[in-house]
Amino acid sequence: MLNKQGRPTGNEAAANAGNTGFQSYTGAKGLDQPELLIYEIGNTNHTGVDLPEVEDFETRLGGLERDQEIGLAGLSEPEAMRHYTRLSRKNYAIDMGLYPLGSCTMKHNPRLNEKVARFAGLSDIHPLQPISTVQGALDVIDTLAHWLKTLTGMPAVTMSPKAGAHGELCGLMAIRAALAAKGDERSIVLTPESAHGTNPATAALCGYKVKAIPATTEGRVDLEAMKEALGPDVAAIMVTNPNTCGLFEREILEMADAVHAVGGYFYCDGANFNAIVGKVRPGDLGVDAMHINLHKTFSTPHGGGGPGAGPVVLSEALAPFAPIPYVLAGDDAFDIVEHDVEGGQSFGRMTAFHGQMGMFTRALAYMMSHGSDGLARVAEDSVLNANYVLASLKDVMSASFDGPCMHEALFDDRFLKDTGVSTLDFAKAMIDEGYHPMTMYFPLVVHGAMLIEPTESESKQSVDQFIGMMRHLVKAAKDGELERFSGAPYNAPLKRLDETAAARDPILRWQAPE
Amino acid sequence: MRYLPLSSDDRQAMLHKIGAENINELFIDVPDNALLKGLIDLPKHMTEMEVEQNFQAYSAASVPAGNVPFFVGAGAYRHHVPASVDYQIQRGEFLTAYTPYQPEISQGTLQALFEFQSQVAQITGMEVANASMYDGSTACGEAALMACRVTRKKRIVISGNLHPQYIDVVKTMTKFTDNIVVVDDPTVNKSENLLDQIDESTACVIVQNPDFFGNLTDFTALADQLHQRKILLVVVTTEIVALGAIKSPGEMGADIVVGEGQSIGNGLNFGGPYVGLFATRQQYIRQMPGRICGQTTDADGKRGFVLTLSTREQHIRREKATSNICTNAGLCTLAFTIHMTLLGEKGYRHLAKLNHSNAVKMADKLKALDGVELLNDTFFNEFTVRLNKNAAQVVEQLVELDIIAGLPVSRLYPHNDDLKNDLIIAVTETTSEDDMDMMISELKEVLSC
Amino acid sequence: MTIYYSEDHEWVNVTDKTGTVGISEYAQKALGDIVFVELPEVGDEFSKGDEVAVVESVKAASEIYSLVSGEITEVNGELETNASLVNSSAEEDGWFFKIEISDDSELDDLMDADGYKKFIAGLE
Repeated sequence: MLNKQGRPTGNEAAANAGNTGFQSYTGAKGLDQPELLIYEIGNTNHTGVDLPEVEDFETRLGGLERDQEIGLAGLSEPEAMRHYTRLSRKNYAIDMGLYPLGSCTMKHNPRLNEKVARFAGLSDIHPLQPISTVQGALDVIDTLAHWLKTLTGMPAVTMSPKAGAHGELCGLMAIRAALAAKGDERSIVLTPESAHGTNPATAALCGYKVKAIPATTEGRVDLEAMKEALGPDVAAIMVTNPNTCGLFEREILEMADAVHAVGGYFYCDGANFNAIVGKVRPGDLGVDAMHINLHKTFSTPHGGGGPGAGPVVLSEALAPFAPIPYVLAGDDAFDIVEHDVEGGQSFGRMTAFHGQMGMFTRALAYMMSHGSDGLARVAEDSVLNANYVLASLKDVMSASFDGPCMHEALFDDRFLKDTGVSTLDFAKAMIDEGYHPMTMYFPLVVHGAMLIEPTESESKQSVDQFIGMMRHLVKAAKDGELERFSGAPYNAPLKRLDETAAARDPILRWQAPE
Repeated sequence: MRYLPLSSDDRQAMLHKIGAENINELFIDVPDNALLKGLIDLPKHMTEMEVEQNFQAYSAASVPAGNVPFFVGAGAYRHHVPASVDYQIQRGEFLTAYTPYQPEISQGTLQALFEFQSQVAQITGMEVANASMYDGSTACGEAALMACRVTRKKRIVISGNLHPQYIDVVKTMTKFTDNIVVVDDPTVNKSENLLDQIDESTACVIVQNPDFFGNLTDFTALADQLHQRKILLVVVTTEIVALGAIKSPGEMGADIVVGEGQSIGNGLNFGGPYVGLFATRQQYIRQMPGRICGQTTDADGKRGFVLTLSTREQHIRREKATSNICTNAGLCTLAFTIHMTLLGEKGYRHLAKLNHSNAVKMADKLKALDGVELLNDTFFNEFTVRLNKNAAQVVEQLVELDIIAGLPVSRLYPHNDDLKNDLIIAVTETTSEDDMDMMISELKEVLSC
Repeated sequence: MTIYYSEDHEWVNVTDKTGTVGISEYAQKALGDIVFVELPEVGDEFSKGDEVAVVESVKAASEIYSLVSGEITEVNGELETNASLVNSSAEEDGWFFKIEISDDSELDDLMDADGYKKFIAGLE
């Protein structure tokens, strides 16, 4: 088929994939099987568990017995296995291919970590059972804390935050509490324009006004603009380093000095720690607080959106304000401190219990597997893979800034100018090629951003194939194969979804048909 | 190193393509004195076998709940999870997927979230639920802040029988906002009069059912009275199995329901990761925190699911977002929904009945002992007893006899002398008759000497 | 009845002391499919420049700042169930709210229809 310009469209195969002229009776395309909702397969009488019988007894529910049907659909075990197995096959995953989401660090998740996290002495223990019976678990937490402090060169770490944003809140609360202890109430937090959305959202939750600092044309924080914005009312700067453009903040020491000079603190967003782990210690960069996403750098699985864990390393000045609980290593046993000590300055408690133990176990197993030598290599290989992508694509795509980059390479949409293809279209076309798209439209400081983070888990062969695919798509876009992009994806279980309809008239749960 | 595929030849070839002499040229932007010259002072890499051995040693130094008669609850409960749940959540397509921001290749995660939201809404008796929060305690803090946004008021009134660590989390989350938090005193076996605490500036009242001490309460009348004054009722449930037996918070008139979902599909895991449940009325969805999955259609008109209403969230709304939350409980949510699907209506209600029946059995056995007073008139699978001795010391003595007897209230209320002899005891379907009898006979011994 | 526009692409149509407020045709095009409009409540009072409403598309939320000071007397309830009215009829059926203007000298800072036409021509 020829397009309007008389060129072959080249997307014929893509458009017809799975459509060989007939529609299957089931709607399936071979292994791609449609799957109904549990409510459409099962009903309230089906069950996939056998439980012991209950003899008659006198209840103590005080007349609060639930007498209405709930409407929960049940499935027998084979039906349930099939349901979730079919659903799983509609997901892209690291186990299936390169997952180049910038700033998300989609690296390999070793199964050893899954295995050890399930050892009974680490998984089948209750957070409030006697402390003498959980010594092994406390040892894991204490050992992980030691690794985190050593890797960051920071004197203290607080383990309970449940995710990155929760860690940010923890760090900012420690800062606010430290300032309050000095009678120094401040009202402003500075964040760069390129910051993750969690930074300003966290600052607001901590009662601060947020002021954005522009980026330089080199993709870094504008130090002069920052200095101008600094003053006695600035509590902290929140800077991601390496930053969300994939660059190391060259003037980081100057930034730290500048905020310290006005009596403020330096909060570092550690989302991109993977690029420097084992090579650079944030403690040597003037950082006062930094969260570490164990689900990024230390490979605890992303699990389709969580759970994560966000321990926060703290400077001497902030450590006294850390939240409870914390583990104390005594001479012959570990203790866990669950209440602030007399005259203590802890700002409070961030969560019930002690944090994400299941993530701690996995992260520590990952660290021990790599060791100091392997972790430095993680940083090196992740940076090498990203720079290799940058070097191999910058002649056909528009790199936003000069290299070298750190562990992710940023491109913008200038190379798509006049092609009629948008960043979104380009990303969806990657799906047809069997890849998950890169991070799009973030950071906000460049137009139509495409942020590519290959991670250290990819072999050269894998990165080469990715590069080849990207070059092929760029050529297709420049050759005017518009349809290939505008209608993409063609090969996924579903075509593009109507997000406008979803938001205009939200259907957020199943309802029994009238 | 088994996790790193690049060979030294690969590295050389890649550096050559980049135009760099060595790897440190790529770190040129790092200030000179900050780039480490050697390795950090930590052990070198280990084999898979060595790591496993290390963790076997850690594991051996703790006492798994399954090895002993075990009666601790208080916000985390030991239930049996079917083997197929753990198998499914370890499928790489679920385990190693990111947040489903590309719906065309994330329908597995998205459909499971939609089913999860449906189940949570049904169980809680509410119209809608979100795709989960970190855990019950942070969900509770978020509910308090949401109530303030909905009512545009500042005062948060908390029942004294809310889990004390949940109370602490609400206090922390509102520490630097301009909210006022009022907390009643804990009352193990009396009803509290929360209406005395409310005023015109009150945004919400937070209660727990079953409460921290195990009591059950009908909040229908409270809800009515609060609604007349445009105050929201937030109901917390830390043992979600209970809602298979008792009237849902929605039926009682709750405006926001938050819960800890750990009991379904998830192990104890020493406190995390767990699943924060969050449900509310349809009219408040744009004030709800966290990710939400919604139904829509694709370009061919086929049903599909997407993350929706994202303008509430931090990645779009930044400092004006409803919450700073990004990562949620993802995989734990999946475990919850798979387990709930296996249970179904029948299994869920039967499981609840079984828990209650075991708890009644245990309560009756305890009540018969000298030196034990059962403080609850009503309970589900957890209740509080007052001993004739310091409960913490009794628990320590029983640990020596390989029994983990429950939670001494003093662990969470160290400065409240009225509660020092109180022990909270949880009984689930995993508690055997033998477990109960061993505990009873040893407790009898300990209390009598 | 006189219509005024602001550089933020809002319009206010004034009859006596009452102003009817919405966003311009140009703005609705730039925002794309509108999915939700968060409206103020009747009786709320605003000063000029206060955030008074929010208009949302799928991937963006834009604050609407009050062009004038005054009290809200009516809101367009239609938008609650049909936000797409803003796309189909931005300057008529898709109005947001009515405000009792307390100081009509504040209108002096705004553009008339011709002035706004020139202003947006300059943007393209």
